[in-house]
Amino acid sequence: MRKTDSSAPAGIVTLAMRWSNFQRRYAPYIFISPFFILFLIFGLYPTLFSLYISFQSWTPSDGWGRWKFVGLENYTFTLTDPMFWRSMWNTVWLGIFSGLPQHLIAIPLAFVIHMVLGRFKTLVTAIYFLPYITSSVAIALIFNTLFATNNGVINLVIGQLNTWPVLGWFLPDENINWFLNSTIKYGIALVVVWQFTGWNTLLYLSAIQAIPKDLYEAAAVDGANRYQQFRYITLPLLRPMMFFAVSLTIIGNMQLFEQPFVLLNGGTSAATQGGQTAAMYMYRTAFEWLDMGTAASIAWVLFIFIGILTYLNNLIFGRTVRGEV
Amino acid sequence: MGQEAPKKEIPVKRVILMALLVLAGLGLAQKTTLTVAVFPNLDDALKVLIPAFNKKFPNVEVKLVVQQYGDHHNALTTALATGQGLPDVAAIEVGFVGRFAEGQGFEDFNKAPYNAAQYKQLFTPYTIAQATASDGRFIGMPVDIGPGTFFYRVDVLQKAQIDPKNMTTWPGYIAAGRKIKATTGSFLIADAADVAWINIFASTPTNNSPYFDEKGNVVVDSPRFVRAFELAKNIRAAGLDAKIGAWTNEWYDAFKKGTVATQFSGAWLQGHLQNWMAPETKGLWRVQQLPEGMYASWGGSFLGIPSTSKNKAMAWELIKFLTVNKESQIAAFKSIGAFPALLAAQEDPAFAEPVEFLGGQKARVLWRDAARRVKALKANKYDRVAFEIVSTALSQVLDEGKDIPAALAEAKQLIQLRMR
Repeated sequence: MRKTDSSAPAGIVTLAMRWSNFQRRYAPYIFISPFFILFLIFGLYPTLFSLYISFQSWTPSDGWGRWKFVGLENYTFTLTDPMFWRSMWNTVWLGIFSGLPQHLIAIPLAFVIHMVLGRFKTLVTAIYFLPYITSSVAIALIFNTLFATNNGVINLVIGQLNTWPVLGWFLPDENINWFLNSTIKYGIALVVVWQFTGWNTLLYLSAIQAIPKDLYEAAAVDGANRYQQFRYITLPLLRPMMFFAVSLTIIGNMQLFEQPFVLLNGGTSAATQGGQTAAMYMYRTAFEWLDMGTAASIAWVLFIFIGILTYLNNLIFGRTVRGEV
Repeated sequence: MGQEAPKKEIPVKRVILMALLVLAGLGLAQKTTLTVAVFPNLDDALKVLIPAFNKKFPNVEVKLVVQQYGDHHNALTTALATGQGLPDVAAIEVGFVGRFAEGQGFEDFNKAPYNAAQYKQLFTPYTIAQATASDGRFIGMPVDIGPGTFFYRVDVLQKAQIDPKNMTTWPGYIAAGRKIKATTGSFLIADAADVAWINIFASTPTNNSPYFDEKGNVVVDSPRFVRAFELAKNIRAAGLDAKIGAWTNEWYDAFKKGTVATQFSGAWLQGHLQNWMAPETKGLWRVQQLPEGMYASWGGSFLGIPSTSKNKAMAWELIKFLTVNKESQIAAFKSIGAFPALLAAQEDPAFAEPVEFLGGQKARVLWRDAARRVKALKANKYDRVAFEIVSTALSQVLDEGKDIPAALAEAKQLIQLRMR
């Protein structure tokens, strides 16, 4: 204070001080502001707008602002719409049949990779992880070919397995048409499992690696075999990671879009009703049928549904996370 | 010496360059830029036509924005919603033109200064109805059309000793299919559902929607739907269709190998077969009219002006140049095989020329005839939803063995539920 007082005129001093004060007080906010600005524009605003528009009737090709208040009509329509409920059923079905196998495969796989593979661990994990970072469109293009009825690889493999004893009893004798209302869900589930098992394996592997070695050593001293070690050490200690990974799967699967969208050719396939998920139905309501209000109401119904599921998941797995074992 | 010569030239080059830049700057100052959003392969036709347009209007720079079919229409929908980023001229495919017509985003060409009513009789008649909203607004000038036609493999039919004339009724078509399957092993058609759809569209009364009557009542349980479904079911039950979806690798493969003997499609399929799907089958294909005097339209494109455009007058000049100008329509036909919507362009001598790929058949005359007989259909706001619901019902009948009247009654109920 004294130093600046003596060396410079009073007016400038206060200015410099103000600047310095300003910096001290606001710099942190300015530094973090890019996130908030982007979040306001791309996160909060669309969310609030979709809530607003879910109470309006709006055909987007009419132009901005040309919407009409319809109250709860979009919600009552969505909740009584058989097509919506069919898409919800597809979503839940796919959620279970593409979600459960991911974890049932990933947990033992991670354990085996950790216990057996040693220095090839990283390489093998990377290979399992590869589908996760591959573009969904490329995946769908390849799977469309693999799923071909008459000369697709998947049907050829099934045909081969069919000649084996016992296994043949369970497999169909004719080529499976994967693009029917009754079969398309299995195809989508197969793609999703293939794509996301590696991701879950990675999550579980990192959790397994964090389990202290001495637990296993102590168990081995007590005569526990590999299975018992897995069952009584690995599984219980994986609970927090299971909670996290299952939460991600639930949220991801309830919003499943790309895989059914490309496999169903954007909704032009005759099997669309049998395979489209709620997210895909929402997209098509907005951009194909140009009904933004109803699409927004679907989004909010879906949001509430995901919220409930996440809460249930929290009830089941969350105890350990909260330290209640 | 050889090194010095270019050095001397540099100042000259600079002067020229500067002069060019100044000229370009002056030119830019006066130039109008027209943004034209299209999907492939309309862009190829435009690239050929723009120089001719610039001869007429040298101060207009046409900027093409090209996106794939789906992306193009999505981008257009989003831009219409926000009123931002719209082009001056937008290409609209027939699958979207009805929906965009019902919205308020495009200029009504019936009104001044467009006064397009005077041009309407120049076009293939059914196209006008496609681009007209239920309240009468006319938002898209037709560029090209896709008259429906009946492709068949002459080699497969010969092997099965079938005269294509016997396939001009639906029972005759199915009987021929049985014989083809028995003698050659080839399927009659890729997907039985195609037969149902042709019957549904071609049997629609003039100026109606395929799914609704004049009063807007749902008619999907009427006899024409039942018959369409029955024909498809008979083909499926007899094992005559390969159950292959369109635009899949299996579809192209079937065309290459001749494992599918016939295909109903727009005339444009010939170009695709010839250029990339099955070029090696040249000379093996023929076309004839659809069975039982049916005529249907398979695709087509329109050009519209978004109401936000700031260069409407020039945009309209470009649209007129591309649509009502006979030379442009013929040039587009020659460059990308786009079948002209303009009647006068269809009289070009090129139409009477034999088509090599079809074994020298004068197919374009046949297609021209078909195009003129396609009935005008009226768009209904709920056509897309109805299409999807009927399509699901059809797949339930074909794939899951559902009873036809039950499936159609359910479809009717579902459509009624969505009309609000």
